[in-house]
Amino acid sequence: MNPFIPLYVAIPLAGAFLTMILGKFLPRLNKYLGMIVLVSLAVMSLISMVTVSGSTYIYKVGGWEPVNGIPVGIYMVLDNLSALLLCIINIVGLLAVIYSFTYISQYTSENYFYSLFCLMIAGMNGVVLSGDLFNIFVFLEISAISSYALVAFGVEREQLEATFKYQVLGGLASMLILLGTGFIYWKTKTLNIADARAVLSAGHEKSFYLLTQLLLLSGFGLKAAIIPFHAWLPDAHSSAPSPISAMLSGVLIKAVGIYVILRLFFNMFMLSEEMAVLITVLGTLSMAVGVFLAIGQWDIKRLLAYHSISQMGYVVMSAGIGMLLIARGTRPEVATLALGGALFHLVNHAAFKSLLFLNAGAIEYRTGTRNLQEMGGLARFMPATSSTSFAASMAISGLPPFNGFFSKLIIIIAAVMARFYLLAAIAVIVSIITLASFMKFQRYAFYNTKRENDKTTLKEVPFPMVFSMVTLALICLILSLAAIPHLRDIIFAPAIRILTDAQLYTAPILGF
Amino acid sequence: MIVYLLCFVLFLTGLYGVITRRNLVKIVISLSIMEFSIFLFLALIGYVDGGTVPIVDPADKGVVTYVDPLPQAMVLTAIVIGLATTAMLMAVIIRIYRKYKTMDIREIKNLRG
Repeated sequence: MNPFIPLYVAIPLAGAFLTMILGKFLPRLNKYLGMIVLVSLAVMSLISMVTVSGSTYIYKVGGWEPVNGIPVGIYMVLDNLSALLLCIINIVGLLAVIYSFTYISQYTSENYFYSLFCLMIAGMNGVVLSGDLFNIFVFLEISAISSYALVAFGVEREQLEATFKYQVLGGLASMLILLGTGFIYWKTKTLNIADARAVLSAGHEKSFYLLTQLLLLSGFGLKAAIIPFHAWLPDAHSSAPSPISAMLSGVLIKAVGIYVILRLFFNMFMLSEEMAVLITVLGTLSMAVGVFLAIGQWDIKRLLAYHSISQMGYVVMSAGIGMLLIARGTRPEVATLALGGALFHLVNHAAFKSLLFLNAGAIEYRTGTRNLQEMGGLARFMPATSSTSFAASMAISGLPPFNGFFSKLIIIIAAVMARFYLLAAIAVIVSIITLASFMKFQRYAFYNTKRENDKTTLKEVPFPMVFSMVTLALICLILSLAAIPHLRDIIFAPAIRILTDAQLYTAPILGF
Repeated sequence: MIVYLLCFVLFLTGLYGVITRRNLVKIVISLSIMEFSIFLFLALIGYVDGGTVPIVDPADKGVVTYVDPLPQAMVLTAIVIGLATTAMLMAVIIRIYRKYKTMDIREIKNLRG
């Protein structure tokens, strides 16, 4: 029992409601309240990252003890994988809130913004911490509904259209997830992930098992915008206010999509070869198709949104390779490497993609346009934005010494060592096309000098925005240190062990 | 078995509506139909033939079968969540109608590519 685990959900929930109530009377207080909430969460998650180190902390909501060894209450589980995701959510969230201080003042009703933001954080923290399928569904809906509202925060034509599309597809996804949860409960009579694994490993019907896996994969695949389910992502992510785009692209699709897929397929279902092949193929498709859709875009945020699909493809493909090798039972060291690459790229993508969206927001804040063809020569006027976005572009295209290089390198090495030469080749080609696409972004936005003279009134964005962008750029550089084997062992190895050995996850919960 | 099939038919009815309807409100209604078919399914999987209300009465001495209360709790939670989603969708539709002056989905297509 660790009494601190519910605080990750309780603090942002309290923050959301206090902001709503106090914001009426003290309109200047709400942003500081939001910042205090996020600072405390970020500190807590960093501490948990250090202290958890391979062990599993469990909190039973309401104190319901297991009956005859079968868990009956709602369990919240904090292990290394959850701690990693908590760090991403809360640190990127903190920087997005600081960025919003000046950015959101162009909109009305600021206190609603901070309130919804805290609610979204509460939902994501809940998803990452919960050890119970239905609880995952509830927290996922909390984060989804607040993100629907945040996408429409500007209430202009495009934002409303994007949020409608997002809500219809999001509603479909939650229905598939609820149906999958119902199937699991029908056959196993339990909702606890660890207990469901124990029941499923004792024996199951093949057809039912496949159907449930497909339902849950398509439900969470819709949330993660893997390629056949990606239609909502470019609209929603490009229409939202920039700090929210950074949160959606950098954090939300990972916390409620990729993380849950990893957790369910590694720790609840037995790994099977056909699902592993399916996941690898979906990941490769996302990787390749996403980048081709991105090439032709002239709207910065749309371009970045398509790259999110492509970069998530790397993570899914690499996780799929790891899954396939574990299912075959051959070469476990390569599987560990592939999973390490997937988790490393997940963390890196959170850093550089949120930074790129914040850069896009800074450009929009000063020039009022998102169209690359209407910009040019901004490097002279906005040095901080220009240099940080250069760092992020290099990181996403995989150039050393930035973090993206090392994670892509690990993924490609893992693919070659697993003898998937075609996948490795596709990964390299996609990386090159990504580089080309970001060269275009850099050139048209910052270095094209055709309009140098008539933009003399431009200046750098206010300090809070610069602070967030510079911090994220530094994080991009620092994260590349995690490629050093010793540091990698501390940060990623315990999380990978939980994925490769489901016993490590289930044993503490079932109390063996 | 026939009830499960009817549940599935209801689900397909909703899906047909989401795909073919042009009016935003009708799409939302179809989504709700789909949602409720899943709620019905969840309530059905907790049903036990000949079971009674799952309230334990100390006066009952013999063996009594109860229906499974957990799916019912899940359905109640899911209905509340569904209500929130529907309310949110309706609010968005009102805003869309003010901006576009139409509810036809074919005329709301600013976002392309």
